[in-house]
Amino acid sequence: MTIAVTLCALVLSTLLGVVWALMRTSGKRWLEWPAMIFTNTIRGIPILVQLFYIYFVLPELGVDLNAFQAGVIGLGIAYSAYMGEVFRAGILAVDAGSIEAAESLGMPRARVLSRVVLPQAVRIVLPPYGNNLIMLLKDSSQASVITVAELSTQARLIASSTFKNQEVWTMAALLYLCLSIPLILLVAWLEKRFGQR
Amino acid sequence: MIEIDRLEKSFGTNRVLDGISLTVRQGQVVCIIGPSGSGKSTLLRCVNGLESYEGGEVRVSGRRVDRRSPEIRTIRREVTMVFQRFNLFAHRTALENVTEGPIYAAGESRASAEAHARELLAQVGLTGKESAYPSQLSGGQQQRVAIARALAMRPKAVLFDEPTSALDPELVGEVLTVMRDLARQGMTMAVVTHEMGFAREVADHVVFMDRGRVVEEGRPAELLTAPREPRTQDFLRRVLRPLE
Repeated sequence: MTIAVTLCALVLSTLLGVVWALMRTSGKRWLEWPAMIFTNTIRGIPILVQLFYIYFVLPELGVDLNAFQAGVIGLGIAYSAYMGEVFRAGILAVDAGSIEAAESLGMPRARVLSRVVLPQAVRIVLPPYGNNLIMLLKDSSQASVITVAELSTQARLIASSTFKNQEVWTMAALLYLCLSIPLILLVAWLEKRFGQR
Repeated sequence: MIEIDRLEKSFGTNRVLDGISLTVRQGQVVCIIGPSGSGKSTLLRCVNGLESYEGGEVRVSGRRVDRRSPEIRTIRREVTMVFQRFNLFAHRTALENVTEGPIYAAGESRASAEAHARELLAQVGLTGKESAYPSQLSGGQQQRVAIARALAMRPKAVLFDEPTSALDPELVGEVLTVMRDLARQGMTMAVVTHEMGFAREVADHVVFMDRGRVVEEGRPAELLTAPREPRTQDFLRRVLRPLE
């Protein structure tokens, strides 16, 4: 469950994050402001509260989600705000000269974005993106509060029924590490593969 | 080919272009000289539509340059630009830098764009460097890639914005040589430069600019050796004999 929630939330937060970042760097106020207000609001509210909101408050408004859906949407939206800021920093860090050069060749705006801005931003953004990814994996434990049976919930259940606290929590910590370390290695590999040439 | 008519442009309260007029005819090489801050670069950027302007007009082949109109992309393909700091795409190879415009701005096929790009890289003396990334090239090589990139659009004119100012002195020559050969092939060029030797040898027409205006213009032999205006004389003395 930890892996499933993390992966789904990762996809959602990355896609939304790109949207926020593009809105905030668009230079158009009617796009910048909503994205800014949204990301700052989300970043200002603990993930736990957001999850409760989605799982307990939305049903009262007629939106029924199961615990897994609520976990993915909650984590995905929460992390999209952090991802958005990381992507925005990446976009702003792209050498302005290369963007001008693309414009000066008569490239359409969408092509300047897809051929020049985003590929260069990806390289800049990889290390902080990897950071967010690992935090997301660990924050998936927060989905337990809305009864998604992820790793730390299971650990608590086992520990309380067997009283083997030390064994169970050591095992849980090791399992998280087993999940995180491949991610860390993956990001390191990506950096090498796409890093600054 | 390029007509600049009483162009006005300000950054805040700073009037950078003060009603400047200038014409570049087909096949002509015009060098624009003058102290820094005189508006030379801004002038070129207005021609390519990288800057907007408040008054007057820029026309390319009779069409008004307006950076907000959709037609600007057609004009930019006809009048391309070489920048002081090369502005290459750092994430693409030399060959990809050159094919990027033809494929993604002009809709040329990859095969024909690549064939043309190889020819152009050969023309600027970079055969064998096709798959090098910009960071693996010297400044002079990078600027020659940038020139090939500007030529790949098959432009009617090329604008050079201080193309050798960011180069180590020993690399200036290789870039100027490429530019001279280009001029000899009949390319229309507008060159902002501090290289007086280049202006003297290659230019058909030299313009001395100061404070957003043309102070003096004429044939290089006349303007560079016997300038009439005191400000031109003063500038040339400082550039040519800095220690005196």
